[in-house]
Amino acid sequence: MTDPVFGPAPDEDEPELVQLLTPEGERVHHPVFDLDFSADQLRGFYRDMVLVRRLDIEATALQRHGELGLWPQLLGQEAAQIGAGRAMRPQDFAFPTYREHGVAWCRGIDPVRLLGLFRGTDQGGWDPKDHNFALYSIVVGAHSLHATGYAMGVQRDGAVGTGDPERDTAVMACFGDGATSQGDVNESLVFAASYNAPVVFFCQNNQWAISEPLERQSRIPLYRRAHGFGFPGVRVDGNDVLATHAVVQAALQRARDGQGPTFVEAYTYRMGAHTTTDDPTRYRRSADVDQWKAKDPIARLEAYLRAEGLADDAYVAGIADEADELGVRMRRVCHELPEPVARDIFDLVHVETTPDLAAQQAAYDAHVASFAEVL
Amino acid sequence: MVTMTVAKALNAGLRKALEGDDKVLVMGEDVGTLGGVFRITDGLQKDFGDDRVIDTPLAESGIVGTAVGLALRGYRPVVEIQFDGFVYPAYDQIVCQVARFHFRSQGRVKVPMVIRVPYGGGIGAVEHHSESPEAQFVHTPGLKVVTCSNPADAYTMIQQAIACDDPVIFLEPKRLYHSAKADVDESAPAAPLWESRVVRPGTDVTLVGYGPTVSTCLDVATVAGEEGRSVEVIDLRTLSPLDLAPVYESVRRTGRLVVVHEAHVTLGLGAEVAARVTEECFHSLEAPVLRVGGYDTPYPAARIEDMFLPDLDRVLDAVDRTFGY
Ligand SMILES: Cc1ncc(C[n+]2csc(CCOP(=O)(O)OP(=O)(O)O)c2C)c(N)n1
Repeated sequence: MTDPVFGPAPDEDEPELVQLLTPEGERVHHPVFDLDFSADQLRGFYRDMVLVRRLDIEATALQRHGELGLWPQLLGQEAAQIGAGRAMRPQDFAFPTYREHGVAWCRGIDPVRLLGLFRGTDQGGWDPKDHNFALYSIVVGAHSLHATGYAMGVQRDGAVGTGDPERDTAVMACFGDGATSQGDVNESLVFAASYNAPVVFFCQNNQWAISEPLERQSRIPLYRRAHGFGFPGVRVDGNDVLATHAVVQAALQRARDGQGPTFVEAYTYRMGAHTTTDDPTRYRRSADVDQWKAKDPIARLEAYLRAEGLADDAYVAGIADEADELGVRMRRVCHELPEPVARDIFDLVHVETTPDLAAQQAAYDAHVASFAEVL
Repeated sequence: MVTMTVAKALNAGLRKALEGDDKVLVMGEDVGTLGGVFRITDGLQKDFGDDRVIDTPLAESGIVGTAVGLALRGYRPVVEIQFDGFVYPAYDQIVCQVARFHFRSQGRVKVPMVIRVPYGGGIGAVEHHSESPEAQFVHTPGLKVVTCSNPADAYTMIQQAIACDDPVIFLEPKRLYHSAKADVDESAPAAPLWESRVVRPGTDVTLVGYGPTVSTCLDVATVAGEEGRSVEVIDLRTLSPLDLAPVYESVRRTGRLVVVHEAHVTLGLGAEVAARVTEECFHSLEAPVLRVGGYDTPYPAARIEDMFLPDLDRVLDAVDRTFGY
């Protein structure tokens, strides 16, 4: 539709979707974003996705059994997260939202550590510096600014554009389609553009922000917003692990090379509920879910691996066994997560505690001790 | 008389307001088809349309800021912030804009709007889902702040807040949403919005709570009663303006006061109540005014939130201490 005065409206046609693997598992090629994948790499993606799906299913079951208060499921988003996570180098740094269990997996975080926040035993059970993976961000979008600031620090440290693959560093901010409405996300795009910061905005467009469809957040494809901020945006098939990997790798490399930010929209679907407290039957049609099931990221890679002779029944069964072991381990050790020590909270507020807090801690101790005397 | 939870009472109150004034709009994330994550707006969009019950983009500053514009245009937006921890992205709009329009325009414009915030702990939630930000809003001139502790108040107060020409922060104690059930007489005359209320008379010590802590105070009164102490419990209901007349009256009789809230003690509502009571009732006081609240730490992980929340034991302990002077 063209406005008589202002000219053409934003293009509403479905934009190009970078794809390397069709839903049927057929390998296709792309003129810009293509890579040669080794057999090990392809099998690695498959194993990662199967295990991460299991991690997610197991955590969901743990919530149903009352071991977790809440769990945000990633079902359907495995390819997006593994594709992106495996494109990172050790020195790169990721800033996740709360659903990034697959990226966490790629950063080497023990899946059991992800459970504490949702079990209520901690507020993120890993050391961000050990894994170059920030704590989960419950406040939607807030961390995209942290990613951008971190990237500005990387740049200041001269850790971009040196040509040294061990040194050049990129930062990845992960968020959803809903998050793109937040002021913080938009401000991070402004900062990243303004300073040419080495950051990749990795948006998993899973079509829903709780009950609100994408159309409530944007009239144009999300990746096109980047153009308005002055840097490239691209939409990739987020259910295609190969394409996501290729595109994110290219974006991260651009950042490492000192060429600035990129916005990657991984077009995918949240097949599960928003979280275990959500009831998606209130707002979405099961036909939509069925349609996306046919695009399952794991099934399509499996089909490709089988066709290429890289996987057979025995191989698939072997990975399934590994997944079973992971499931057993998660069930076994979830309730062994360290319980928080109440009096420690006073020590954790400041680096250097305050007299007031020390007094509150003493009062708390005395209160607890008063029960010991009674008993 | 209908038996309702606080959640149902708020829903019924919102429905009444939407029926009574077509300028009333309900706005927020997921308030439409889903009926809000707590189902407070359940069914409203179906009955009033998506023009009146509006699903907004995921942007709190945007939600409150556009509500300001709608109010300037003559509408009465009722904004839902999904959880207490997400009111902070809208804090700038609330504190710098909502609160000051009337003042800045020398009284020429008003921004009647209600900002509904589910607040407080006790539901075992993840971080940012159990905040008690009331003092931050009470500390802001130009805002009115109220909270309810039972279904009947929830039903009437939400309607009164919507009818108010000033912006009102309406704090909903989320742990009471589905737990507190009581009879609501929809035709009963409403208590005035800006008044606190004695909910249990007593003669030996005064307990002041609001929102989620009122039920704790009532439990304390029961237990202390068994030990021979007569506890008067006052539900503040309105936090800004503060209605302390019933508190003064009570303290003049009892000589003792304990204030209970979930928010951090330092510079919390309790500090203000203590200061004013000291000014007004100095000669009646038998003991210093004591406060029981959350510690000055961020809200802890769910497994230990019980230690953070003022519970029966900590409040009883404070009551005992007021008799030790
Ligand atoms: C600032 C803020 N507002 C509201 C919420 C409540 N909330 C949690 S998740 C969510 C939807 C997020 O959608 P999206 O960004 O698309 O990510 P997804 O959950 O789909 O991965 C909302 C509204 C929040 N966590 N933070």
